[in-house]
Amino acid sequence: MTDAFSAASIAAPMIPRVARVVKRKREIEDVVTLEIEGGAFDFAPGQFNMLTAFGVGEAAISVSGDPADSARLIHTIRAVGAVSRALTELHVGEPIGLRGPFGRGWPMAEAEGRDVIVVAGGLGLAPLRPALYRLFAEREKYGRILLLFGARSPADILFRDELEAWRGRLDIEVEATVDHARGDWRGNVGVVTTLLSRAQFDAANALAMLCGPEIMMRFVANALLERGVAQERVYLSMERNMKCAIGFCGHCQFGPVFICRDGPVFPYSQLRGLIAKKEI
Amino acid sequence: MIESIEHIVKEHRFFAGMDAGFVALVSGCAKNMRFDPGQYLFHEGDSADWFFLLRNGSVAIELRDPARGAVTVQTLHEGDLCGLSWLVPPYRWTYDARAIDLVRAIAVDAACLRRKSEADPRLGYEMMKRFMPPLVERLQAARMQMIDIYGAHD
Ligand SMILES: Cc1cc2nc3c(=O)[nH]c(=O)nc-3n(C[C@H](O)[C@H](O)[C@H](O)COP(=O)(O)OP(=O)(O)OC[C@H]3O[C@@H](n4cnc5c(N)ncnc54)[C@H](O)[C@@H]3O)c2cc1C
Ligand code: FES
Repeated sequence: MTDAFSAASIAAPMIPRVARVVKRKREIEDVVTLEIEGGAFDFAPGQFNMLTAFGVGEAAISVSGDPADSARLIHTIRAVGAVSRALTELHVGEPIGLRGPFGRGWPMAEAEGRDVIVVAGGLGLAPLRPALYRLFAEREKYGRILLLFGARSPADILFRDELEAWRGRLDIEVEATVDHARGDWRGNVGVVTTLLSRAQFDAANALAMLCGPEIMMRFVANALLERGVAQERVYLSMERNMKCAIGFCGHCQFGPVFICRDGPVFPYSQLRGLIAKKEI
Repeated sequence: MIESIEHIVKEHRFFAGMDAGFVALVSGCAKNMRFDPGQYLFHEGDSADWFFLLRNGSVAIELRDPARGAVTVQTLHEGDLCGLSWLVPPYRWTYDARAIDLVRAIAVDAACLRRKSEADPRLGYEMMKRFMPPLVERLQAARMQMIDIYGAHD
């Protein structure tokens, strides 16, 4: 048996190491950001870790911190079921299981020299935040940078302070919209695709990064294609239930690809025929 | 210099590329209007006698809910069309439209345009072609809002 397929080499990435929560912040209802003591942890924007709430289970969670700051390992988690809820309920000092980073992230090198359109929906801003930190840190390498963000209501806007700070910058364009709002909200109301129809960019030389509910990404991707952006340069981060996260169990299979190993970030050209199919 | 209403209509995104003769017909039904912040362009239940093409400023489309007060379901901005109820009988607004900031708009007299469209169906067809894309876009947006895409789902 070659080394690559030895039991030990398969098992190693399957064994979580035990880390501790060092900081916990409630962002919005049901969403918590955890800082985990990770030692020096290098990751690429868009990659994810498998986090374990001991006694409950394991879930795939994207790294949401700054890739330039390898000393702080940050994840933003929304409680939707047993595992994710248990993760959001961990307190400072409690143990958490960690393995990763896994997957292929955002195409940062390919974005260089291009207008970059980042479209995030709801919690989708978390997996995109590392890419945004990188874009801002290396601002001179890119053309226009547009961040379009959609949420259900003003109370559901993630990383609101940061969004407001980014909005104050003159070298990036930030637009947020919500599905509905009360009278005191002075921003946009409407689905995120409406922001796209007003956005100015050079479609022929643009690259887009999308993360959010799949239906939102589908509509945004199609709207980008209509504007003339090449489907090879529209990237989506996909979610499917994961078990091994290293391409062995087949749990995350999506047509011919494994989300954990071949993604989670894919060009739309690779997904277009699959994403609207009910049986996949 | 005061711009003629015909020039303003011609320059508006909604009428881009429209035949000069049709622009003249529409302009004959149009006038300039401005609304101060907080002022309503129209209210639910009122007769839909006008529609508006926004030139500056933003408008909130609101639904009134006894428990929650006014809920904004859409905002419209420069270049957008405000008001579709004038197209279908009984020509009544089904929502409120409130100026968020100072709004300047081209207001088009709906009865006047309907009359001219009946007389010249080519104008009517031209107008329909221009109204359909925002109508379909709004229907699609309403569907996405309706299924609450950002919520957790069972
Ligand atoms: C690559 C990748 C990156 C991810 N990054 C993050 C992240 O950064 N932060 C984060 O919070 N989650 C992230 N997720 C999603 C996360 O893995 C799931 O929410 C988690 O596995 C759910 O497990 P659970 O046991 O808590 O809920 P389950 O018991 O599996 O599900 C409970 C209920 O929630 C619904 N549900 C499951 N997942 C979601 C979801 N994502 N959104 C809405 N409803 C859902 C299910 O349909 C079910 O009804 C990521 C997933 C992948 C594949
Ligand atoms: S999670 Fe096992 S193959 Fe992807």
